[in-house]
Amino acid sequence: MANKFSRRQFLKLTGMGGVGVVVGSALPGVVLADAGDDFYFVQLSDTHWGFEGAPNPDAKGTLKKAVAAVNALEQQPDFIVFTGDLTHTTDNPVERRRRMAEFKQIVSELKVKTVRFMPGEHDASLDQGKAYKEFFGPTNYTFDHKGVHFIALDNVSDARAMIGDEQLAWLAADLKQQKVDAPIVVLTHRPLFDLAPQWDWATRDGAKAMELLMPYQNVTVFYGHIHQEHHHKTGHIEHHAAKGLMFPLPAPGSQPNRAPLPWDPAHPYKGLGFRSVDADVDERKYEINEFPVVKA
Amino acid sequence: MRARLAVSTAIMAVAAASTYVVAQAAQPKERVIKVVASRFKYTPGTLKVKKGQPVVFELTTADVPMGFNLPDFNARGDILPGKVTRLRVVPDKSGTFVVLCDIFCGSGHEEMNGKLVVVD
Repeated sequence: MANKFSRRQFLKLTGMGGVGVVVGSALPGVVLADAGDDFYFVQLSDTHWGFEGAPNPDAKGTLKKAVAAVNALEQQPDFIVFTGDLTHTTDNPVERRRRMAEFKQIVSELKVKTVRFMPGEHDASLDQGKAYKEFFGPTNYTFDHKGVHFIALDNVSDARAMIGDEQLAWLAADLKQQKVDAPIVVLTHRPLFDLAPQWDWATRDGAKAMELLMPYQNVTVFYGHIHQEHHHKTGHIEHHAAKGLMFPLPAPGSQPNRAPLPWDPAHPYKGLGFRSVDADVDERKYEINEFPVVKA
Repeated sequence: MRARLAVSTAIMAVAAASTYVVAQAAQPKERVIKVVASRFKYTPGTLKVKKGQPVVFELTTADVPMGFNLPDFNARGDILPGKVTRLRVVPDKSGTFVVLCDIFCGSGHEEMNGKLVVVD
């Protein structure tokens, strides 16, 4: 007789929670149960399509491997989010669009067809998001999924790393429609707090967004930009940075500059990966599991 | 009575002048340093200043909009083409500090750093 487990219980049981998860194993006699309105989504970030350089000798293959790894997940997510820097910057508007078209074609291979995109400064800062919008639509938006309110904030289309007063007013108006205890997830590219101002790892007017979010009891932020897993709390609000999919960056402030970490031939794709986020809607909790690009 | 008033006014004037002189003596002379930003560097790349001496950075850009950020001194300025941005700083600590561009300016943006060296 098969035992029924929720996806979270299953991950715990198989030791698949936490860093360095192996995809696709299963226990005999164990099936995943329908856990009501609980769900999970996958976050990918900083794919930097178009980058070329020593930090990633497989620059043209890593994104495709990540797509394959997501497609290989035993239970597919409800949806997928890309939190910015889909493409690597270029001064050439034609090349920028070519990279976006290639990126879009590659991720169209994802089995899950509900995919939410966000821009990073590499996609949007040189043309205020013009090319990005042509390919991926609005740079800020909201959506609701099984009782969770998602807000995508754009802190990159303004090259000064600002959300801007207009978008802040939009955020304030959206939040006014939410109950104080509503589960709210904010998706953004840059950190909304001053993670490392010496490396420009911040949003210039991020404090204004945090001030608007602070009265709400259940807010969680998922972001990218820093190419590594990182967790931080501002009061009761958690911020979770995701790994990138082109090259890892050093820990905040750990060295004089923010140059990419070198490729390790003994451990290819080290420091790269994506994550799943399991939402326990009733408890207003999220469980994060990190996945590598390729199995160890 | 009129004579006494004139003397008082004179004393006050002298006192005011003295105060002004004292204030001038306590305030080191302001120094002006011109900095040109261009993709993806500052010229000069290393800025040497004295602790406690006010400095005004006169900032211009040779091409696109740039930022000039001294996060350790909570000071920054936008540098826009065709304009001179003046940023006044009184360095209150010695050491070597980063100058960074915080307006995304292209493929070398992440490496666009300068140094501020503050000596005692």
